[in-house]
Amino acid sequence: MKIAVLQFPGSNCDQDAFQLFASGLGLPTRFVWHKDTALGETDLVVVPGGFAYGDYLRCGAIARFSPIMGAVREFAEKGGLVLGICNGFQILCEAGLLPGALIRNNSLEYRCMTCDLVVQDAGSAFNPRTLGKRIRLPIGHGEGNYRIDGAGKASLEANHQIILRYLENPNGSLDGIAGVRNEEGNVFGMMPHPDRAFERFHPSTDGLAVARAVLSVRFPGVIRKTA
Amino acid sequence: MIVFLYRSVKIKVFVTPKRNVLDPQGVAVGHALGSLGLGGLKSTRVGKVIELEVEGPDTPQFRSQLDKLCRDLLSNPVIEDYHYEIADG
Amino acid sequence: MKREALPPNPDPVLNQPITPELVRKHGLLPEEYEQIRGHLGRVPTLTELGIFSVMWSEHCSYKNTRPLLKGFPTEKRGATENFGRVLVKAGEENAGIIDVGDGWAIAFKIESHNHPSAIEPFEGAATGVGGIIRDIFTMGARPVLLTNSLRFGELDTPVTKRLLRGVVAGIAHYGNCVGVPTVAGDVYFDRSYEGNPLVNALCLGTLRHDQIRRGKATGLGNPVYYVGAATGRDGLGGAAFASKELSAESSSDRPAVQKGDPFMEKLLIEACLEMMAVPGLVVGIQDMGAAGLTCSTCETASRGGAGIEIELDRVPQRESGMNSYEIMLSESQERMLVIVQKGREREIEEVFAKWDLHASHVGMVTDSGRMVVRQHGIVVADIPASALTDNAPVYQREARRPGYLDATSSWTPEGDGLADLDLAGAQVALPRLLSHPTIASKKWITRQYDHMVQHGTVVLPGSDAGVVRLRLGSSEKFIAISNDCNGRYCYLNPRRGAQIAMVECLRNLVCAGATPLAMTDNLNFGNPYKPENFYQLKECVAGLAEACRFFDVPVVGGNVSLYNESPEGAIDPTPTVSVVGFIESESHVTRQFAREAGESMILLGGVPAELGGSQFLGLVHGKKTGDAPRVDLAAEKRLQDFLLGQIKAGCVRAAHDLSEGGLMVCVGEMLFGAGGLGAALDLTSIEAPRLDALLFGESQGRVVITVEPADAPGVARAAAEAGVPADAIGSITAGGTLTLKTARGPLEWSVAVLRMGWESSIENAMKRPGIG
Repeated sequence: MKIAVLQFPGSNCDQDAFQLFASGLGLPTRFVWHKDTALGETDLVVVPGGFAYGDYLRCGAIARFSPIMGAVREFAEKGGLVLGICNGFQILCEAGLLPGALIRNNSLEYRCMTCDLVVQDAGSAFNPRTLGKRIRLPIGHGEGNYRIDGAGKASLEANHQIILRYLENPNGSLDGIAGVRNEEGNVFGMMPHPDRAFERFHPSTDGLAVARAVLSVRFPGVIRKTA
Repeated sequence: MIVFLYRSVKIKVFVTPKRNVLDPQGVAVGHALGSLGLGGLKSTRVGKVIELEVEGPDTPQFRSQLDKLCRDLLSNPVIEDYHYEIADG
Repeated sequence: MKREALPPNPDPVLNQPITPELVRKHGLLPEEYEQIRGHLGRVPTLTELGIFSVMWSEHCSYKNTRPLLKGFPTEKRGATENFGRVLVKAGEENAGIIDVGDGWAIAFKIESHNHPSAIEPFEGAATGVGGIIRDIFTMGARPVLLTNSLRFGELDTPVTKRLLRGVVAGIAHYGNCVGVPTVAGDVYFDRSYEGNPLVNALCLGTLRHDQIRRGKATGLGNPVYYVGAATGRDGLGGAAFASKELSAESSSDRPAVQKGDPFMEKLLIEACLEMMAVPGLVVGIQDMGAAGLTCSTCETASRGGAGIEIELDRVPQRESGMNSYEIMLSESQERMLVIVQKGREREIEEVFAKWDLHASHVGMVTDSGRMVVRQHGIVVADIPASALTDNAPVYQREARRPGYLDATSSWTPEGDGLADLDLAGAQVALPRLLSHPTIASKKWITRQYDHMVQHGTVVLPGSDAGVVRLRLGSSEKFIAISNDCNGRYCYLNPRRGAQIAMVECLRNLVCAGATPLAMTDNLNFGNPYKPENFYQLKECVAGLAEACRFFDVPVVGGNVSLYNESPEGAIDPTPTVSVVGFIESESHVTRQFAREAGESMILLGGVPAELGGSQFLGLVHGKKTGDAPRVDLAAEKRLQDFLLGQIKAGCVRAAHDLSEGGLMVCVGEMLFGAGGLGAALDLTSIEAPRLDALLFGESQGRVVITVEPADAPGVARAAAEAGVPADAIGSITAGGTLTLKTARGPLEWSVAVLRMGWESSIENAMKRPGIG
């Protein structure tokens, strides 16, 4: 299993995402620079957190036009696995690879804290049986307020695309939505950080289970095989 | 005598949150205005203005290109509306 | 030696004659102007006058404090070849560096941005963070953590709330975007800081010994590069600006506040570290901070014993028509000066092109020892570099003991007829202290800081010290860091108050399981031309130096911020101290929160008995008086060595030192961890003439630890052998009540109610209607 972590100018959780997969799960992981036009041999593309392009104009608005995103779009259209974390989630929404949009926290403040999340039934890989009913992951964002129109929300619910909800809403997200997947089930996005929940001294190590769950969509044996 | 006209246009793009989307900044600004004595305030929305100066004439093709750029980059149609004003530069 | 006058400046505005008024406006004394003429051998140009005025300002030259600062120890006596040597000493470079073993080192420093934050809190605080981060990566280190020390007036005025909101948002905006976690800090709210907030920001970075870079220009003919953001008219004369008192006049100096761009800084960090990793490419590097291009140019030249020539036409400019004065003094942010090995220009340009940043060849290193600046081919400044740095004036200011100290230092509660607390009074005093913003939970602040990015934060904000895991190549090491200074103690006894800042910081590190390594300090004081203020500064420095030498904790760098005063008066003297400690093993990491019911509680260091300078005395009796609590350096050392030994032996479950609010606040805070815990304290067998001093006095050198009941007798015996007083004071309970037996009778509090007041105090003060 080969993991590619994208790097945009301003990504600052790229090292964290790298270590989640490299040292947390022991998987071959490499960085891909945003100016590249090809991904190379990859099984999972991780779009990491940070402030790509300074979050100027809107979070992810400029990053979605980076050269590498053409290859990411193609990869996703062919069914490749993509995971967007925090700023990565914002970029995937701006790129139209995930539905909805993220706007400013209702407190108008950045929030860094560990949240209890309710695992939703979102398919055979990502559900309360594989992950447990509740997990704990840290958040760190100023624009994590998930928004989508009525028709979009109905569609998300009908297709089981919501993957995580906050137990106590920290940012005003519609219906406490913390993460979604696309209809096909190969592109995932979440505001909470699994890349801050894998070291023994982190508030929780649930990030490892989340990473495995995403990988198990294409590699069903991974939950048993990795560390 | 041949006179060359140098054409350019000045564009103001206004981007605002869609009416039915929650605007936390608008709410905050509205409250502040209220506490500073503005009575009868019914709504507040906070958006942005992007000013462009472009060489070349204002043609239907140009406007079509501008619309696409507004939809693709300058605004997010999921949560924002846009409109623009064009004047000769 | 008389020299020929320079040709007229390309901008006619800069050719006006220099009048005494103009000299005064530049913050220079007539004598200093005469020295300038002596150094140059002629009348200076206006550009040169501006250059001298910023380089000779207090902020850049430390002219009023340099003699005092020489008293600090800058090396570690107990360092071995394998651990703890100071590799770059205080004063040598932009930041100090100390070895942490196995070929790795840490660079760290604290700096202030007080005056800009008073005028524009968001940008002032943000650019303060940006500046200190640059001081770290310019040394070749990757920034891995931030801390800060903030001081504001009481949190009951709109002005203070606005300052707090803006400063915290500014620090958060910059630190979070740049991707460096803010892991610790301290915040005080006290009347003396009204109108003069303090914003001290610290950054720490990691690097291998062979990655250390210096701000030195050497190598005749080596090209000088300017990298980063374009230059604009930001903050003109900001350094000179900081050296004048805030008054109505200077509030119209708003353009002096710069606007930071953390995205640009993040790119700069990555590009610079990438460039510095290329062997032999970078000869010297310095950030452009206060006094921008001027400071970086003459300091690198001076350190290298060389000269530099700069062509301003090559400087990337984002505004049109900038003259030489503006370009040399601009404080546009996110810019660095790099001296490159001749012939390798293409390599640096490639790195910066990758990151879409400017890299402009603006000059070269010469052997003249002079800084020569040209614009449009015309020489606009030609100054010996050492005149601006090593040969800047140095003054011995007059010190006079302030009169108020006679009354305050001799005050006693008995002499004042101060009634002791009765039980009813003690009952309400505890929640009142816990909910005062200085003591209360800082969660409203810390949750706005990203304290987790870089996935290495081990102890989150809220405990005595921040603890971070450093990823160093394929190995890891653990460090702890704390910031401390109680300005009130320094007001009441400058020498002792400064020692307390130091010992409290050390105690906080030891409570976390760390051995103190080195320190950095930010001296925040008033106008040094007032002898009473200078006395405070002199005494505080002496107290700090003494404590540093006693504990063998060298100063690796620091900052001085003077003129923190307004017409109403100066701030309390505030020598902020930050010490970094080394934790041998992750298993030693200790927090301040009791872990489970049944743990035994032991008070180490003796019974508290002093009211002087306490929060209790201020809050309940409205008095700021008494001598600062006593300090016994030897007793502190015995306590700290003993405690660290017990922690390493695995006997200590939780440790928290007594500070503001004394014993009861300390115990209360230990119960605010996981939740549901309480404590049963029994102080009936403790001799205490006054209840108030026992419960809320702020005697130093005291720590409360919790241990497993089976370990308690052994710990008590070991304490006796080590000469550390140890009193069994009770145990942790389940059930959520804090009960206290005293000689006067019993007291009881609901922990949930105490916690609510503690947790919600700042949040309630800062709530805005209708938001979030």
